[in-house]
Amino acid sequence: MCRSKVAVSLTSFALLCCGLALAEEPPRYGFGRPATEAEINAWNIDIAPDGTGLPSGRGTVTKGAAVYAAKCASCHGATGIEGPQTRLVGGQGSLATDKPVKTIGSFWPYATTLYDYIYRAMPLTEPQSLTSDEVYAVVAWLLHTNGIISAESTIDANTLPHARMPNRNGFVSDPRPDLSKSMQRE
Amino acid sequence: MPVLGAIDKGSPMSQQNEGKVVSSELDGNNPVGRRAWLISAVATIGATAASVIAPSLLPAAEQSDTDPTRVPGRMPSPYGARASAETARRLTTATHSLTPHQSLHGIVTPSALHFERHHNGVPAIHPDRHRLLIHGLVERPLVFSMADLTRFPSVTRMLFIECSGNSGKEWKGPTGKMVQETHGLMSTSEWTGVPLSTVLAEAGIKPDAAWVLAEGSDAAAMTRSLPLAEVLKEALLCYGQNGEALRPEQGYPLRLVIPGWEGNTCIKWLRRLKLGAMPFMTREETSRYTDLMPDGTARQFSFAMEAKSVITSPSGGQQIEPGFVEIRGLAWSGRGAVTGVEVSTDGGRTWDQARLQEPVFPRCHTRFRFDWRWNGTEAILQSRCTDETGYVQPARAALVAARGVNSSYHYNAIQTWQVSPDGQVTNVQV
Ligand code: HEC
Repeated sequence: MCRSKVAVSLTSFALLCCGLALAEEPPRYGFGRPATEAEINAWNIDIAPDGTGLPSGRGTVTKGAAVYAAKCASCHGATGIEGPQTRLVGGQGSLATDKPVKTIGSFWPYATTLYDYIYRAMPLTEPQSLTSDEVYAVVAWLLHTNGIISAESTIDANTLPHARMPNRNGFVSDPRPDLSKSMQRE
Repeated sequence: MPVLGAIDKGSPMSQQNEGKVVSSELDGNNPVGRRAWLISAVATIGATAASVIAPSLLPAAEQSDTDPTRVPGRMPSPYGARASAETARRLTTATHSLTPHQSLHGIVTPSALHFERHHNGVPAIHPDRHRLLIHGLVERPLVFSMADLTRFPSVTRMLFIECSGNSGKEWKGPTGKMVQETHGLMSTSEWTGVPLSTVLAEAGIKPDAAWVLAEGSDAAAMTRSLPLAEVLKEALLCYGQNGEALRPEQGYPLRLVIPGWEGNTCIKWLRRLKLGAMPFMTREETSRYTDLMPDGTARQFSFAMEAKSVITSPSGGQQIEPGFVEIRGLAWSGRGAVTGVEVSTDGGRTWDQARLQEPVFPRCHTRFRFDWRWNGTEAILQSRCTDETGYVQPARAALVAARGVNSSYHYNAIQTWQVSPDGQVTNVQV
């Protein structure tokens, strides 16, 4: 805001010369206060596809079976298929049919999203209650049950981003408007 | 125009199951001529004036000992409630509630009737304890209280919010009985808040930031990645709805509102904005809110709600009588302003322009009206809108030809209501 006249005219000169749409630095009001590291860490729970944000800890498929049976099966079914809530297992090869079944195995493009979502939102009645070992374990069980990793696998911050999801390349960017004028008027 | 206003006032207070305007002239299922229309108008005004001014004109059996002209009314109250005879209500399920558009007038959805969709209930948040954290690719990570946020220069806009799943069940066939079921996952409010761009400028956007993760403070910690350049244009951090604070189910005390984008991007109970170089690929933009195509691929980040309209009266479940019927409906587009609405009463063979109620706001519900005289034979009612980009709301067949029936979201086809000779209105697909 306290930019000198010289700087302003230099900026205009630069704009004229290279035609770049350099935005003026917008005004600041001085509201809010700096966030501390501790505050950021307390809420910074998202996990990126490259694994950024994954905590330490690890889990095996066997341990995951126990976590799943105790904390998830009541809603998602003993094998992840029965429900009553969202089906988590199976459906591979069904997406292009009349009866697509969208699950972790058939539809989810990134394994890291499993850690992110299960920690933030599951179990439905007690979100953000699982330890990182429990999340890694139940993720391992879900990936194994969907045929994505072997029964002996261990899942941790290093291995999870490398789990190869079958539908990794199944997503396209939004092409809309996708109906031509003549189609619209049909 | 003044006469039209009088008709609006004289129409039934709540439109539910109504539309019984008596007329002796039956000249076919045609748009109404001005002369006939004025006759109906006078009849309607007369009837209403009578019922309001002279309650003693009621049949003796309907007169009660609480004749309002003979007992003092109730005292002023600190927070109003609607009249006890008014019964329009949301239809609720475990995960959402639906706005009763068949009962509403104009374009504003009363806050108490604004649709709800949440992924693990409505959190109870005290505004003094609410914080917004901005971090990631910013120069200065910052924390804001509600008091901080309300100090910024503010903006007010009339905007619709539509769930991308609105009308989603119609992909598979004519499923909803009433317009509340087919189109109840959308509402319009006057929203007040601070532009997202103003608040992000305070933190200083780093040059490599291209996406922003918005996260709610609910039990789903609902999360979406949004392309920064797009949301910097128009998104608001809102604390006001229809003149007062947000309703709890609309994100109290703070909600992101992105004009024209699918409702789930308008993160409620907003507590965190994290800037990043890439999308975060949360469950709500991979497993959910992506649109599956017949070839098995799914469209991702399909944010804009495309132009759409629906006749709200007469609509499914209502009953009409021969004579004058004002066809009323809503039209809207996430890509700008509605420029026109056409109505057909013969299943799309012929179309006539409807009247648009002004002012017409971009990315907001627009009320349209069309004068019709029903002759008591079967009629097929449809509306079709055009927006400022030239996009025309598609017929169902065209939409299904392009996308199949398994994409769950973004169903914006023309809605069809069938009027049978007995006056019953039902949801059909043609
Ligand atoms: C009380 C019932 C309940 C329990 C217990 C529960 N879930 Fe869920 N789960 C749900 C519901 C309901 C949804 C859908 C939520 C939504 O759509 O917002 C869901 C969604 C999910 C999804 C997303 C599915 C998809 O394809 O998008 C995953 C993954 C999941 N749960 C995993 C788990 C795991 C792992 C556990 C145990 C740690 C668990 N759930 C426990 C009810 C439950």
